[in-house]
This record gives sequence, C-alpha cells and structure tokens, in this order.
Amino acid sequence: MKAAPFDHIAATSAEHALQLLGEAGDDGMVLAGGQTLVPMLAMRLARPSVLIDINGIADWAGIDVSGDAVRIKTATRQTAALKSDVIAENLPLLAKALPWVGHHQTRNRGTVGGSIAHGDPAAEIPLVAVALGAEIKLHSQTAARPVAADSFYQGPMMSDRNEDEILVEIDFPIWRDAGRTGAGFHEVAERHGDFAVVSAGAQVLLDDAGVCQKAAIAVGGVSGTPARLRDAEANLIGNVLSENLIDEALTGIGDHMDPADDLHGSADYRRRVARVLIGRALADAVADAGGSLS
Amino acid sequence: MSRRDISLTINGKATTGVAEPRMTLLDFLRDELHLSGTHMGCEHGVCGACTVIVNGEPIRSCLMLAVQADGNTVQTVEGLCQEDGEPGLLQDAFRDAHGMQCGYCTPGMLMSAHALLQENLSPSDEDIREAIGGNICRCTGYTQIIDAIRLAGERMKEQGS
Repeated sequence: MKAAPFDHIAATSAEHALQLLGEAGDDGMVLAGGQTLVPMLAMRLARPSVLIDINGIADWAGIDVSGDAVRIKTATRQTAALKSDVIAENLPLLAKALPWVGHHQTRNRGTVGGSIAHGDPAAEIPLVAVALGAEIKLHSQTAARPVAADSFYQGPMMSDRNEDEILVEIDFPIWRDAGRTGAGFHEVAERHGDFAVVSAGAQVLLDDAGVCQKAAIAVGGVSGTPARLRDAEANLIGNVLSENLIDEALTGIGDHMDPADDLHGSADYRRRVARVLIGRALADAVADAGGSLS
Repeated sequence: MSRRDISLTINGKATTGVAEPRMTLLDFLRDELHLSGTHMGCEHGVCGACTVIVNGEPIRSCLMLAVQADGNTVQTVEGLCQEDGEPGLLQDAFRDAHGMQCGYCTPGMLMSAHALLQENLSPSDEDIREAIGGNICRCTGYTQIIDAIRLAGERMKEQGS
C-alpha cells in the first residue's frame, strides 16, 4: 500500500501556504499532522499532485484566550491541547473529549485544525466544536471569513471550505456566566482511541440553586455530521436537572437521527447507544458542575 | 517526483539518505537505511508496529513522510540495544517476563514503552495500558507485556538508585 507520487512543499509562512494552495487549486492538499491524510494517500483515496505542508508555520500553532473565546491555531498538536492549562480551565467539554482522540502516538502528530477540517462524523473535536458553537476561520489568498461550526459541515468529510481556503484557527466560546460549569463525554469504539461508533458530549452551567442555565449537547456517528441537540438543550434549561427530567428530554431523541447500518453497528443499535451515551454525558456534566441528579 | 536529500540523527548518529516525497519515514528507515528493526504492519496508522520516537515523542512512522523528518532526531528499536548489539534493559525485561510471542509487534511495543518510562519509572497498570493502547498484539493478550514494562521500570529505578 504505497501512495501515488506527489510533490511536497514545506510552506514557510501563512502567506506562502495560501499562495501555494491558490496556485495548486484542487490538485493541492494541505498536510498538517497527516494522521488521516497519509492513510488516505496510502490507500489512494486521495491523489493530490502536491502536498502543502503547514507544520513549519510558527504562526499557525498555539492556544490562547482572545476575548470570550479560546483561540486554537490550526496546526496545534492534539497532545499540546490535551496538556493545555488554558483548555483545562476554560473549555471543560473539550478537555473531557481530548483523551478520546486517537492514541498517544497519533495525538503527538495529529492537529486540532486537521481533525476539524477533515470532518469525520464520529470524531470528537468536531463534535465539541458543534456543541459549543465554535467559530471556524477560513483564509484564502484574497479573503478571510468566519463560519459557525454547525453550518461548516455539510456531510461526512464534506464542509463549507472552498478549495483555495485553509482552516487557520478555531475559536471555542468560554462560558463566563456566574455559576458552575461541568462537562461529560462518552463514546463507544471497538478499541479505545479508534474511530467512534457513536460519541456524545454535554456541557452544562448550573446556578447556585442547581438550576440549569445553559446546556450544550451534541452527538456523533448517528448522521453525516456531528449533530447538536437543541431541543433537548431547551428542555433542560431553566430546570433543576433530575434523572427523570433528562430521561424525558431524551425521549424520542433517536427519531431525529439517521445513522448508517454498517459492520460496526446497525442503525437501531446506534440510535439506542446514542441515547444512553447522551444520558451518561449529561449525568457526568452535572456531577462535574458540583450538582447531583435529584 | 524528484528525490530529496534527507539528513537526520538516528539513534545518536548523523545519517543521510535520499527519498522521494511519497516515501514514509517507515520505508525510509527500512529500505533506504536498512534499519529493519522497525516493523511494517498495517501501513495506515492502526497497528502501531512501526512506532518510533521523533524528537522525544512516540509517533507512527507509517504516517510521517521521510521528507518531514529531515533535520529531526529519531530513535528506533536498534537504539535500545547495548553498544555491542546485546539486548538493552527494556528488551531484557520483555524476554524475562515473556512479553512477546511472535515478536511482530515487539519493536512498536518497545518504543511506546520506552517513551513511557522516559517520563515515569513507576507507571500504574492503567498508565501502561494507555501508553500501549495504540499498539496491537495478536499473541500475548497483553498481560505479560504489561508485566515486562513494569519490570523494566523497577530495574531502571534500581539502576538509578
């Protein structure tokens, strides 16, 4: 299993990378960590004539707080994100999800932006981006535009990104409201670190009385894109969360899902597992926020 | 595509070779440099047999291009041996604890274990499982591999004290 021939150019700056991609058009692909792209090359599912390597662009790696968001530059390694105090303090759901991303050996190369740009419907980081309403920044040689995460994805591995654009940064909103924020993340995979069959994440904000003030819930692996569960969120907000309330909020949740049947699980299995995992993620989120399910 | 000159440090030695852009670090090590200790398993990042350490971090050498490793520091399983080619401490621990059967996954297991023990000489079984979670072994059932890594950590501590 060897890749077809291609050229490799190490971009030396953001401008250089954008210029190279602009020139290459749809013959060019951006190489970040390569943990998904290199297997696709090996299996010849991708046949670019040139790879534009962005690993050497210092401006495109790093994590910081910018206003009310944590700004993660595209080529930030997943390991760096996992070890980041900024993420641990400000983005509880992302912090909970990152240990589920691949294996130690793939996180050392794999990037946050690469995972989001690739858009596997069961991947953890895109799920968190959709759940929290992250903003994705796309640059081309001539323009820059932000896209909301939940309108970024159009299908499995399909996004709103144009062929001359590079995803340069993701801004994850910080919940600064008064109260206690907690998060939970669960998934089912054949082996820890493998592609998830179904994944679910939840983040909640509880006030001093234990009333849910904000909720963000998303599920992966049950449709072509990660799906935010706004109806379920609305049913939780304004209430003291209990097992019964969560159970009611999740009733019929599978009816809105359109999962695939494949060798890893039937569509029915995915719907049932999704509901269970969302419930567990919510229970963990409440406990993480110092609450208890009455 | 044109072949590129690659210079890197492998197991402490400055090394050069030539690779076309599509050549993985794995193929470069095995076919260009004849360091065949690193094993080729799935070639798409699933099995972990090709694990090597680049700039101090364990990575899958089938998922990194040789051209990307230019200027980097790489450690392979050959680098775990003693200078006379005899097994090093970690390899001895795998032998003593029967941490292998067919041996195919062993180079990758050793490199993942080595990376763990560089940071933690007293890993819990959970730490060890996490460290080798990306390495597949179809023979042992993993238990003896975990024993071997724990044993190596103990021996390294004794040696250090």
